[in-house]
Amino acid sequence: MGNSRKIGVYVCHCGGNISEVVDVKAVSEFAGGQDEVVLNKDYSHLCSDLGQKMIAEDIRKNNLDGVVVSACSYLFHGETFKKVAEAGGMNPYMLEMANIREHCAWAHSDTPDIATEKAKDIVNMGIGKVRRNAPLEPVKISIDRNVLIIGGGIAGIQAALDLGEAGFNVSLVEQKATIGGRMAQLSRTFPTNDCAACILGAKMSDISRNGNITLYTYSEIEDISGYIGNFSVKIRRKATFVDDSCLSCGICTEACPVSLPDEYQWGVTERKAIYQPLDYAVPNKYLIDESVCLNIRSRKKTGNTDVCRKCEAVCPRDSIHFDRRDRIEEIKADTIIVATGYDVFDAKKKPEYGYGRFRNVMIAPEVERLIVHTGEGRPTRDLGKRVAFIQCVGSRDEQLGREYCSRVCCMYATKLAQLIRHIASVSGKEKDIYVFYTDMRTFGKGYEEYYKDTMKMGVKYVRGRPAEITENPETRKVTIRVEDTLTRSIMETEFDTVVLSVGLEASAAGARITEMLKLPKSSDGFLQEAHPKFRPVDTQTEGVFIAGTAQGPKDIPDTVAQASATAARAMRLMVKGYMETEPVKAFVHPDLCDGCGDCVAHCPGSALSMADAGEGAGNPAGRQIVEVNESICKGCGLCIGTCHSEALDLHLFTNEQLLAEVEGALANRKPGEKRVILFADTMCTYKLADTVGTGKKAYADIIRIIRVPSSSRVSPELIIRAFALGADGVFLGDCEAKSTSYPGSIEYSQETVKKVKSILKGEGINPERLMFFQFATVMIPKFVMLMNRIAGTASGSEDIPEELRNSLPDKARKTLFPGGKK
Amino acid sequence: MAETEDSKIKIPYFPGCTLKTTAKNFESSAVKSAEKLGVEMVELPKWNCCGTVSSLASDDLMKHLAPVRDFIRVEEMNEEGVVDNEYRMLTLCSMCFNTLKQTNARVKASPEDLESVNNFMYLEKDYQGKVEVTHLFELLDEMGFDALQDKVTHSLKGLKVAPYYGCLLLRPKSVGIDNAENPSIIERFITAIGGNPVENWEARSRCCGSYHTVENKAIVVKLAKGIIENARSAGAECIITSCPLCAFNLDSRQEEIIREDSEYRPMPVFYFTQLLGLALGLDKKDLRFEDNFIDPEPLLVQKGLNI
Amino acid sequence: MKKIVLTRHNTDFQKEVEKISGEKITSCDQCGVCSGSCPLSDEMEITPSTMMKMSQLGLFEVMETNAMWICASCYSCMARCPRGLDLSKVAEAMRQISLRKAVDSMDLNGIDKKEAARLPSIALVGAFRKLTG
Repeated sequence: MGNSRKIGVYVCHCGGNISEVVDVKAVSEFAGGQDEVVLNKDYSHLCSDLGQKMIAEDIRKNNLDGVVVSACSYLFHGETFKKVAEAGGMNPYMLEMANIREHCAWAHSDTPDIATEKAKDIVNMGIGKVRRNAPLEPVKISIDRNVLIIGGGIAGIQAALDLGEAGFNVSLVEQKATIGGRMAQLSRTFPTNDCAACILGAKMSDISRNGNITLYTYSEIEDISGYIGNFSVKIRRKATFVDDSCLSCGICTEACPVSLPDEYQWGVTERKAIYQPLDYAVPNKYLIDESVCLNIRSRKKTGNTDVCRKCEAVCPRDSIHFDRRDRIEEIKADTIIVATGYDVFDAKKKPEYGYGRFRNVMIAPEVERLIVHTGEGRPTRDLGKRVAFIQCVGSRDEQLGREYCSRVCCMYATKLAQLIRHIASVSGKEKDIYVFYTDMRTFGKGYEEYYKDTMKMGVKYVRGRPAEITENPETRKVTIRVEDTLTRSIMETEFDTVVLSVGLEASAAGARITEMLKLPKSSDGFLQEAHPKFRPVDTQTEGVFIAGTAQGPKDIPDTVAQASATAARAMRLMVKGYMETEPVKAFVHPDLCDGCGDCVAHCPGSALSMADAGEGAGNPAGRQIVEVNESICKGCGLCIGTCHSEALDLHLFTNEQLLAEVEGALANRKPGEKRVILFADTMCTYKLADTVGTGKKAYADIIRIIRVPSSSRVSPELIIRAFALGADGVFLGDCEAKSTSYPGSIEYSQETVKKVKSILKGEGINPERLMFFQFATVMIPKFVMLMNRIAGTASGSEDIPEELRNSLPDKARKTLFPGGKK
Repeated sequence: MAETEDSKIKIPYFPGCTLKTTAKNFESSAVKSAEKLGVEMVELPKWNCCGTVSSLASDDLMKHLAPVRDFIRVEEMNEEGVVDNEYRMLTLCSMCFNTLKQTNARVKASPEDLESVNNFMYLEKDYQGKVEVTHLFELLDEMGFDALQDKVTHSLKGLKVAPYYGCLLLRPKSVGIDNAENPSIIERFITAIGGNPVENWEARSRCCGSYHTVENKAIVVKLAKGIIENARSAGAECIITSCPLCAFNLDSRQEEIIREDSEYRPMPVFYFTQLLGLALGLDKKDLRFEDNFIDPEPLLVQKGLNI
Repeated sequence: MKKIVLTRHNTDFQKEVEKISGEKITSCDQCGVCSGSCPLSDEMEITPSTMMKMSQLGLFEVMETNAMWICASCYSCMARCPRGLDLSKVAEAMRQISLRKAVDSMDLNGIDKKEAARLPSIALVGAFRKLTG
């Protein structure tokens, strides 16, 4: 900024929360005595309307160019005070918050004197940082109106209709030859017993009629690259060998000699090599399955194309062409909705139930198709008089690595029990139906009533999880061995048919898409939402949303609601037309970059590239330096440590700023006092420290917290400098691998810690002074324990002699960058 | 350890008490069969009883001393050059296998427990944690059942053999030699030696009653009968086992079954190594069929397997 | 029908079982797979899952049943428990609570001498370890 700064420091009482422990007046006075601080005030509630107005006016009246609000956590009111800065006419990034509540007054409420001294340090750190803040603008990314929806089940269909009807350009990609997904595989739906095909069919037609929706069926996503507002998508449109002139007359299918079990019908009926996937398929066309078609297989194996071709011969419209091939199409998208659905648990993985070995053990999806085809003259199967349902197959089971509840099975088993009973009674038969459960979860609207009705119909619910099923080799009837936990008796009962209520898992096809988009998964294997409560359909990747069972097991009402929610979230961005991201981005000091390009490979997001340095003093023609793509850069800061010239830096967390905070933390300590610096990542460690304070849990008071976006921001050199400046211990905190927003950062930090520990050890310094831990935001006791531990290590270790301290940075450089600076 | 045509596998072998007393037929058929396959089973010097059953209490570390002492023996065998870089401990008895493996897992997982055990046994060298407990079935699988098949000279000619796993070869899952619900290792073994394995029979891993044979014979007799009849209805002509206690409960306790049920037809029970030895053409005296309670000779004669 | 009144003594007993077994018995949701899998449940006065429930509540009556003594430590229960609990350890803990008070389940003198000569050593050692202190 050139000349002397005009910084204002405010110290909040927080209505007593802070002032009852910390001597806020003393802290305010201390702040006033610091260089370049022209204004210092303490106030009861800075976040109140009056408090905010006061700050804004002060900025305007005094032309302040930096403000430190010493109050609660940045995560609590950071945004509020940034807006205050703007209201006062100051760039919002010239404001810093010093956390003297969660990290100070609350955590050390029993030791007010120490808390007051710590508060002064924290304010000092904030002032040190603000001195080096520069005005920044958020990065603006433009977003147009093209949305890609991956998956044509009910979730994808609903989202497509919401967006298409609102006038957005929708590309709906479905890997099967028809949209409809899993819902089209159901017979009826609970709790209304609506016929699935009936209610779904209408929506499917709406898709084909909507001019804003481009339908890519029998298509697969080959590649997705880019970022919000700028996705490039490669789609493989698989050859169906049947053109759009197809009338769906069905003559070809009769002529086809190849017959096989229809997998879409769970093998209950058969289809031909040329077939229509559903009566009400959209698009309503036939297609040839090239994996079983005699002609295509022959062509691929020997080149002979004279085989069969019976369908082609009889087609009245000449729609069949064996010379068609897959085509690749490339489209652009601004936002993406992932609705890739579910697979069911493979019941063969639970051998004690005999699925696959015993002919009378079936899985629920097979029974859905049996029911649909009953009474229509198509092959059916008699389930016999005694039918049993077994719940939680592949769910709530640690032995199978599937601990979660699949949410819909209690209801779908109840539905199937109802339907089987009803169909039987219509033809005058009787069925003895049992459901073996551990809990009956019938939580939704109308669900409890539905369950009660089913019980009234005579379906018997037995509370016990069957241990095993055995088969009578002659009659093929199956016996279930189970404890009825309510009568406390062991039951061994024979049934004609046992139906396994298999659980849901994230689809295998979806796994490919997930990999491509680098979307994190929850511990249950489904896609992870950005925040379980407040951002249930967003992902950590801006512009990519998730809907339906891809995000977790759910029923149709919830799927439809969620699908509409993603449409709204996508619309929110596309209507605004642009998105602003925090300017926490890497940048290059052009004069320091020597164009070695080592950093480029290290960026996990490929945000760095080499570019011409352009005109400028002392720039030889063709000199290349690193360029940062701000749209891709996530701001993890990993690249900084990879640069031997210290040419890379991070806005809002520059090397100078962070070192100023370290200095601020160490400046006022009395002789003999120790200090430990905790570099806390925003999302996990900083948040956890807040939670610890909120819970009034005390921990070692010599800890000074510096917020970083990710621990990977903390380069080895930065740690060494912290020790060189006099820190007695350094702790790096970050997220657990599954929760981090920054791919590659944890691994990098682990390497960093290894390198620095080895350097410290080599200089005779206790390497335990440096620690690294991955925190979940609930690990309160762990946090306290580890802070106390490192404080203990720091206090118990001998002081590092000044000469050794001062020599550390140079020595470290030699180890970290053996090639040296160019 | 790679095995070439002329090289042998020299592997530390833990017999356990019963193989030296009431189950000599198990040991002799095993050792001689192994020889034929190029495996020298080197008995641990100064071995002690493993304790038979694993102590399942979390606070009874004392009960894990015995197995650790045996692991130390294996490490010593390596240090003294009796075996060469061979830290696998070969067991035959399912109970020994299970107990030893569970204790090994515990001390390897808990450095504190290992330290306590080592400190307590201060007259012994410290256990370094190098030993891997293995069972002969695993070793045979590793060497390859195809390779085993090549060495068979007297195929079992399709004898219907029911593989009885019992509890301890498969459970707990952390120590099991195969998938607990759907194992196949013994079936593949039977096929390799020319037998016809009874597939997927209900009671193949159902408990025989174990030590209750001491104070609650009736339970064991009931369970044994159930297991044998289940094997029979699945087509078995005989049963094989790897545990001297299972062998006692299934074989010797047929005396009680016969006494209770005059219609009952006896079923021969073999140690798997007896059939292995038979298939490899061992001398009759090494197979010690005379030690089996239910005489297997009639069956062998009927099947033309009598040598 | 007996009425149960729970006191802190019950909680103490529950905690003792938890400590010796090392298992979090409160996480058993009583699905009953253990009972269905147990080959000896027919001989037990209470089912294995009842044993878990009574331990959860710390009901001393569980020590008077034969269930934990009939248990043969075959591990069928824990191999199937969907909550990953090890019921064999809970049964062992309850046996130990009795055995550590020098209350044995088996009378060594009651073994017939001819039988004893017949028995393999592992049977005797196993029985001694599980059923006597």
